[in-house]
Amino acid sequence: MPSTANRTNRSAAGQGTGFGAILIRDLLIAFRHRGEMANPLIFFVMVGTLIPLAVGPDPDRLSQLAAGIIWVMALLASLLSIDGLFHSDFEDGSLEQLLVCPKPLWLLVLAKILAHWLVTGLPLTLFSPVLGLMLSLPAKGYGTLVLGLALGTAALSLIGAIGAALTVAIRKGGLLLSLIVMPLYMPVLIFGASSVQQAVQGVSASGTLAILGALLAFSLLLAPFASAGALKVGFNG
Amino acid sequence: MASFYQWFHRMGSPRWFYEKSGRWLPWLAAAAFLLIGTGLIWGLVFAPEDARQGNSFRIIYIHVPAAFLALAGYYVMAVAGAIGLIWKMKLADMVMKSAAPLGAALTFVALFTGAVWGKPTWGTYWVWDARITSMLVLLFLYLGVMALQHAYNSLDTAARASALLALVGTVNIPIIYKSVDWWYTLHQPATIKLTGAPSMHPDMFRPLLLMILGFYAFYALVLILNTRAEILHRERRTGWVQSLSE
Repeated sequence: MPSTANRTNRSAAGQGTGFGAILIRDLLIAFRHRGEMANPLIFFVMVGTLIPLAVGPDPDRLSQLAAGIIWVMALLASLLSIDGLFHSDFEDGSLEQLLVCPKPLWLLVLAKILAHWLVTGLPLTLFSPVLGLMLSLPAKGYGTLVLGLALGTAALSLIGAIGAALTVAIRKGGLLLSLIVMPLYMPVLIFGASSVQQAVQGVSASGTLAILGALLAFSLLLAPFASAGALKVGFNG
Repeated sequence: MASFYQWFHRMGSPRWFYEKSGRWLPWLAAAAFLLIGTGLIWGLVFAPEDARQGNSFRIIYIHVPAAFLALAGYYVMAVAGAIGLIWKMKLADMVMKSAAPLGAALTFVALFTGAVWGKPTWGTYWVWDARITSMLVLLFLYLGVMALQHAYNSLDTAARASALLALVGTVNIPIIYKSVDWWYTLHQPATIKLTGAPSMHPDMFRPLLLMILGFYAFYALVLILNTRAEILHRERRTGWVQSLSE
């Protein structure tokens, strides 16, 4: 039975290329629109400038608020960018091709989410120490901040993808997306901001970071399936 | 078992449900009226005054049943949504759509009475307490489902999308509650102490139990009324609905 063996081989190989192909395609598109890629980062820094203007420049007060502010801003930046996850694909028709494609949809969705995290969550994470400096975050907090944001923004991208899939066909779905996704973001925010606060106070933050990792693992397990199902529903508008 | 499946199958027909539920309504209305009426008079007039809070504790007879039903209502909505998603049952979609605003209203009542109760008890209308914060998040979840429900033009897509969101919310509710709880113990201000229900005196607790049962009956009544209105609206062009108005 050489033909069936060949077929199974091909389909097994085909799965991997489906994931890789989408990942490479999305990264390529992102790099060709570098200006758009920088927008969440610029937003992140700009809001970081607004806070001292509103609260006052006192370093003591800022250092108390820094952990919470950085986390809320990272959440908002991630929320603003997740809106575009499926939207341009929906408009140019390539989302339809993904839906009729014989590859498992959740895997393709996962590739898109990974690409999204690589171009928004990861830069935000790497940039956060600069914001920490601006908001005079105490020195003990930086390691935990970066580690927590790396785990947390990935979880945020995964959870946000469900909302993005549900609102893909809705015109001006951005605000609606924020409304439905923000309650689901709250656990990540709670544990993320607390981990930095614990580190600043000199308490070990490893337990809190572990819970962030657990939230990431849990959303990794469920979010691709939920977003794939949501895409099939939301696509019909 | 076979008769159960038959019953389940019939429930899928909006017309059958409309005719059947019309006969339940008087009984439910009577139960809700009697239970809530007795509970209110018993709780507000005859139950003993609280030793520390005085008469202001009596708001518990509205607050706790509303909070109960607000949470239970989310699960009613999610289960109806799941049934609609899995068996593509139109009636379940309509129940889900009717359950969302009802649950949101009850959540709001629970939050509002909590704030009114908080003023004489804690000296402030709003505290970032674990339970209050969780109720607020629950209100946001309800509002999200309602907003998604209204965003779609197609009734079918609206039902399935909001059902999916409700199910995602169901998975998240325990996580949100646990994390809010953890957050609260981390930042706990020492001055506030909530009096728990189990330590209540039986004379105070019995009317509360009546009120909770009454709220369940009331919830079922309003849910069925809302669903019936939804059925009439969606099936307004069919023969059997038009023959009702003749």
